[in-house]
Amino acid sequence: MSLMSKHGVFERHSLVLLLGIIIVVSIGGLIEIAPLFKIESTIEKVQGVRPYTPLELVGRNIYVREGCYTCHSQMIRSLRDEVERYGHYSLAAESMYDHPFQWGSKRTGPDLARVGGKYSDAWHVEHLTNPRSVVPESIMPPYAFLKTKMVNPTYIQDDINTNKIVGVPYTKEDIASAKDDLLAQADPNADSSGLQTRYGGKVNVRDFDGDPTKVTEMDALVAYLQVLGTMVDFSTYEPKKAGGIR
Amino acid sequence: MTDATQSAPLRLTGFGKPGVRIDIYVVALLAALGLLWGVAATAFAHDLGMRVMAVELTLFFALGLFGIAFAASKGKLAIDESRYDDELIKVGIFAATFWGVVGMLVGVIIASQLAFPEFLYFKEFGFLNFGRLRPVHTSGVIFAFGGNVLITTSFYVVQRTSRARIFGGLLPWFVTLGWNFLVIVPAATGYVLGVTGGQEYAEPNWISDILITVVWVVYLVTFLGTLWKRKEPHIYVANWFYLAFIVTIAILHLVNNLEVPANVWSSKQYSLMSGVQNAMTQWWYGHNAVGFFLTAGFLGIMYYFVPKRAERPVYSYQLSIIHFWALIFTYMWAGPHHLHYTALPQWVQTLGMTFSIILWMPSWGGMINGLMTLSGAWDKLRTDPVLRMLVTSVAFYGMSTFEGPAMSIRAVNSLSHYTDWTIGHVHSGALGWVGMVSFGALYCMTPWVWKRQRLYSVKLVEVHFWLSTIGILFYITAMWVSGIMQGLMWRAYNEFGFLEYSFVETVKAMKPYYMIRALGGLLFTTGAAIMAYNLWRTAKGDIAAKEPLAAAAEAKAVPAE
Repeated sequence: MSLMSKHGVFERHSLVLLLGIIIVVSIGGLIEIAPLFKIESTIEKVQGVRPYTPLELVGRNIYVREGCYTCHSQMIRSLRDEVERYGHYSLAAESMYDHPFQWGSKRTGPDLARVGGKYSDAWHVEHLTNPRSVVPESIMPPYAFLKTKMVNPTYIQDDINTNKIVGVPYTKEDIASAKDDLLAQADPNADSSGLQTRYGGKVNVRDFDGDPTKVTEMDALVAYLQVLGTMVDFSTYEPKKAGGIR
Repeated sequence: MTDATQSAPLRLTGFGKPGVRIDIYVVALLAALGLLWGVAATAFAHDLGMRVMAVELTLFFALGLFGIAFAASKGKLAIDESRYDDELIKVGIFAATFWGVVGMLVGVIIASQLAFPEFLYFKEFGFLNFGRLRPVHTSGVIFAFGGNVLITTSFYVVQRTSRARIFGGLLPWFVTLGWNFLVIVPAATGYVLGVTGGQEYAEPNWISDILITVVWVVYLVTFLGTLWKRKEPHIYVANWFYLAFIVTIAILHLVNNLEVPANVWSSKQYSLMSGVQNAMTQWWYGHNAVGFFLTAGFLGIMYYFVPKRAERPVYSYQLSIIHFWALIFTYMWAGPHHLHYTALPQWVQTLGMTFSIILWMPSWGGMINGLMTLSGAWDKLRTDPVLRMLVTSVAFYGMSTFEGPAMSIRAVNSLSHYTDWTIGHVHSGALGWVGMVSFGALYCMTPWVWKRQRLYSVKLVEVHFWLSTIGILFYITAMWVSGIMQGLMWRAYNEFGFLEYSFVETVKAMKPYYMIRALGGLLFTTGAAIMAYNLWRTAKGDIAAKEPLAAAAEAKAVPAE
């Protein structure tokens, strides 16, 4: 085979081999990834998806830190049983401010993409503290320590600012008032008007963990869980109008 | 004693005097910079994770500098170009074996946590919870065990097949030691403390990501450098696979870990990409971590150790060319099959599925080339459990690479995705293929580099082989049953048209299978521990009392039937 005899070029020159490898392995990724940044229909145009409040972002970081994604997905597939079990299938737009995404790959526990509003705060606190006290068959680890760990507001501006750098549309004002917003959301006695001006009237403002005297990691995580999947109003969502062809 | 300056491995033309040991300066400079950063980061760290990692790294950089100075004072840094660097291989064999047992043990622990949820969970602190230990297990077996096996075998193979000492003097030492002490140890402690990038199999945070990049670039330089020095006209096929593995992992790592730290003194980071683009990039990375870390690199092992052990040439040269280029081209497209029916646009899903099915062919090309190399030497499987391990690994490779394309089909995936079937599939590849081929290579290399006549005990290899094989069977059959069962339960409807089962009912049904899986993992880990013992005794130069050398020689002389 004459073609095969030409292969000697690769076998005799390591840099030719190296170059050949780089070209051959680059093609697939370029064709599958690059267009996703350009094709408009990749992310639907929907109302309601907003950046996370500082408290929700802290909660999200706890979710990432604890590796919740190793057992819980946040991606409802467009299959009948999933839509009936968990709610409307997930839109790309709903995770467009998620750095990193937390779609997950395994459901040792149920999907959490629309867990927001499904259970009470008290249920979440009890369940996170001792999962088997509310769901006897559960195999989830306990997260009681979240109740005693305070949220540290010292570096929250760094977090919001870094999110802005990677493309989340936070404003300068959001960054400047991040500390106040962080504490105000979990304190029913605080003035939360600024928070609601910045993040909208739908923002959950309340004491989440059952202890109004302090803002704990439990507050933050529950605040995050309670907002999951609730930003888009699906009673008015029309797939065709939103440009979400699938 | 050889003067260190006489056999310089690196010489920049027109820069410095001939014989200047640039490799020592490079490594010392890296360590010094790291030390300065480590001291500063310890002082200014914003969080506990950052502080602990900084303390560890400071210590390792300081030890590294001290080690270089000490070795230089003893004249140990001299390079003998007439010899292979086998001390490096010995260190790598030790590291690979150690991490293999540790990584698998953590796997048994987290498997037991799922089977017995009260086991090893502590209410008041979270660092032993499943979510934190799971990356310790995955990184431990893939990057610590697998990584050390790959780095070490590649150094072994590239020296032999190039008939040249490994390039770079101190640089390959920086690769092996750096991979273990600058990457694995700090990253693993970080996981336990909650430091994570939050993307599967790419959990190392930004500091570890930078260190991985540095180590990997040096790795590429040492590997390419050895190819440049080679005394053989052709680059041997195993080295094509190693090179593809090194280069492609570099590309994948750099693209998938584009991220911005929250602060230079914070361990927290935010990925540059978000949502759907982040998901696509992650699974392009994730699937090719399988394709290049766990496949291409280990095919390099197959292409050296199977022919060597069987004492037969590679079956087909042309097949190796075709399947090499086809494999590395096709793998890179397969990622989207992890995202069927998700918010990823359907055209990408379809491309991913199509190429995943095509991938079956190049994968089996490799399997056939490996298995057929045994032509005329099949009888050796009866007497040589090490060769049997190598061949079994190739058989598992064939099985997993058939199961994979099947699972990538959208309809199959609708059932299998999110279930234990995926976990079972991964482990038939990871335990059966990657594990077994690694064990085989370690069993081959240990007597070779320590210059022993044979392993301490061939019977213990036999025990290891059966423990592994039975362990894998327990593991994957349990996961097939639990995965398919749970997938079916999730989509089951009752006569009134409602979903039949609540989620937690499906969790409850998993219990017996999780117990069987943990048992399978325990058997497999026990086998690895026996291997560690056997290799240790081999390195020491011991021979099992019940298996004297003469008897083994006679057994070998029995002709094939």
